[in-house]
Amino acid sequence: MNRETLLWVIVLLIGAALLAGRAMFAENGMGKAYITPVEKTYVGLDADVAEAAEAEAETKTVWVSIDELPEDFDVDAVADDDVVSWDTYETKDYAAYIAAQNAGTNDVVFSLSHTIGIWIAALLTLFVLSFLIKDNPLYKVAESMFIGISAAYWMVVGFWDTIVPNLFAKLAPGPTTAWALPGIRDEAQFELIYIVPLIFSILLLMRLAPKAGWLSRWPMAFFIGTFCGFRLISFLHGDFLAQIRNTIVSLYAKTPQFAADGTAMLNEAGAPIMDFTFWGSVQNLILVIGVLACLVYFFFSFEHKGVVGGTARLGIWFLMVTFGAAFAYTVMGRIALLAIRIEFLFDDWLWLIDPTGRRAVEAVGMIVLAPLGMA
Amino acid sequence: MFEYFRNLDRRWIFLLMLLSVAVPIYVIGKTKETFPETALPLATNVFNEIEALQPGEKVLLAFDYDPGSEGELGPMATAFTYHCSSRGLKLYFMALWPLGRQMIDDNIAKVIEPDFPDMVYGEDYVNLGFKAGNEGVIKVIVTDIKQFYTTDARGTNIEQIPMMEGIKSIQQMDLMLNVSAGYPGTKEWVQYAVTPYPKEIKLVGGCTGVQAPLLYPYIPQQLPGLLAAIKGASEYESLVIKAYPPAEGKEAKYMEAQRRMGPQLVAHVLMVLLIVAGNIIFFIERKRGARA
Repeated sequence: MNRETLLWVIVLLIGAALLAGRAMFAENGMGKAYITPVEKTYVGLDADVAEAAEAEAETKTVWVSIDELPEDFDVDAVADDDVVSWDTYETKDYAAYIAAQNAGTNDVVFSLSHTIGIWIAALLTLFVLSFLIKDNPLYKVAESMFIGISAAYWMVVGFWDTIVPNLFAKLAPGPTTAWALPGIRDEAQFELIYIVPLIFSILLLMRLAPKAGWLSRWPMAFFIGTFCGFRLISFLHGDFLAQIRNTIVSLYAKTPQFAADGTAMLNEAGAPIMDFTFWGSVQNLILVIGVLACLVYFFFSFEHKGVVGGTARLGIWFLMVTFGAAFAYTVMGRIALLAIRIEFLFDDWLWLIDPTGRRAVEAVGMIVLAPLGMA
Repeated sequence: MFEYFRNLDRRWIFLLMLLSVAVPIYVIGKTKETFPETALPLATNVFNEIEALQPGEKVLLAFDYDPGSEGELGPMATAFTYHCSSRGLKLYFMALWPLGRQMIDDNIAKVIEPDFPDMVYGEDYVNLGFKAGNEGVIKVIVTDIKQFYTTDARGTNIEQIPMMEGIKSIQQMDLMLNVSAGYPGTKEWVQYAVTPYPKEIKLVGGCTGVQAPLLYPYIPQQLPGLLAAIKGASEYESLVIKAYPPAEGKEAKYMEAQRRMGPQLVAHVLMVLLIVAGNIIFFIERKRGARA
């Protein structure tokens, strides 16, 4: 065993020992999750929808939550087929668990599956951060899981959120309503135009067939052409023209005047009273000079000498300040992302901190719990 | 000594950065103290745009982010939801990112359900969920929302949702709030919604630090207010909490961004010191090279 491997083994063993110690001997333990089961019951009631439909009267079943029915409603009188019940689980805090235990109820219970979820999230976070030390198998495991899960998730979302509602529901509304989307039943109609995207989709899949691969170029050409058209107009309208307009600003800037109570001061005609603002003018001046200087820097029809060269150099300074601001913002963003992961490790997993008071329990009346929090 | 710092293993830098973030989180988590925050004009503009709305007016909240940027954008999404709910506005949630729907559900579970139990789903707020199509979705719903949205995120027919009655397009929204992690996001909302309909659609939002410099050119004409990264969120949070103090014991839930400014401060100081140290080493090395 070389020195580096030995160091890794020692670090991992110490970490595991500390974790085990904290989990078993800390007052409240760590990394546990609690839930409360909530029973949802819906009752199927007949509703006359003759007014809603243009056709002759018909009856359909409307499912109503038992919470919305009158208190004296007798559920037992309804046929079993017309009552549907299932359990959902709401996440609860440790404090709620202790309160329930002290009250002698089992409303809040330990959740093994949620707890495993917290531990997997914590360990994967550490696996990914371990890449900073060196590329290693633990990082590879986390990376592979991330790629696999993301790809599968995108596939499922793409199918249910795009293909089913945007294609199946348009071409076969009846079967799709019965199979997957009962919510669309009232206005779903067959739309012939959606044959076109269906054909394009099939042509796109022809890429997988070696001899018919060329067919996929047609839908691809359509997508690229359409996308370019969309983007070109939006950039011309939203960026190019709008930015020119936004740069045409007054170098003698004025700002509305406000009274002591914060309301805008108005003149006799009811218009806001405007007054000269020095820093606003400086801001506008810098804006105009910056835009012009940067434009000159990217203007290569003249050699960058003399006045043009000086202005171009000023443009470089403006660009450098812009890049610096972008870099600083990026740093701030990355630190924020690191902070949330560490906060998760300290708060949800290790229970070292409790910034939102989720585990704040009264010392008096606290019960002694088993190490895993199961009473 | 010089040679030691010149060849310093970068893992020491990583360790320092880890400590500079972890220690403040631990201290703030224990003491529950945060740094005082003063809102700058951009955050104040966002706050004022929401304040200008009357109770019952409609707000579209587009949560275009996912867990990858939750640490940066989650606090501002929470603050938006809390502020709008406190104002009694009608909230229309939607997402152009697949996981945005979960972010919406999280915010509803975190803010509306526990702290605004009187708000009724379908009457006071609705989750329209995720729609694939990026800017294509925006392009369509600015003129015809029902072409894309036939059901909400729960599968309920749009026609059966009371607060969707009479809504033909997002031009009927009194304000749009966007939380943006990238593409599609605020830039696309500006290009495809605000620019073609500048009088009908007003947009303010919050974005990641990486995006902020790209969105500044749209201020103020196309984008009156912007919460830039966790700093913007922190400023906005301070304004919201001051105007609408949360119930006792619930303040910490709405101070996430302010808590995360502590690690930001220490980590930024470390960054500055490292940049200064790196430059000193560079100039010493260049001087020595010139002598040699």
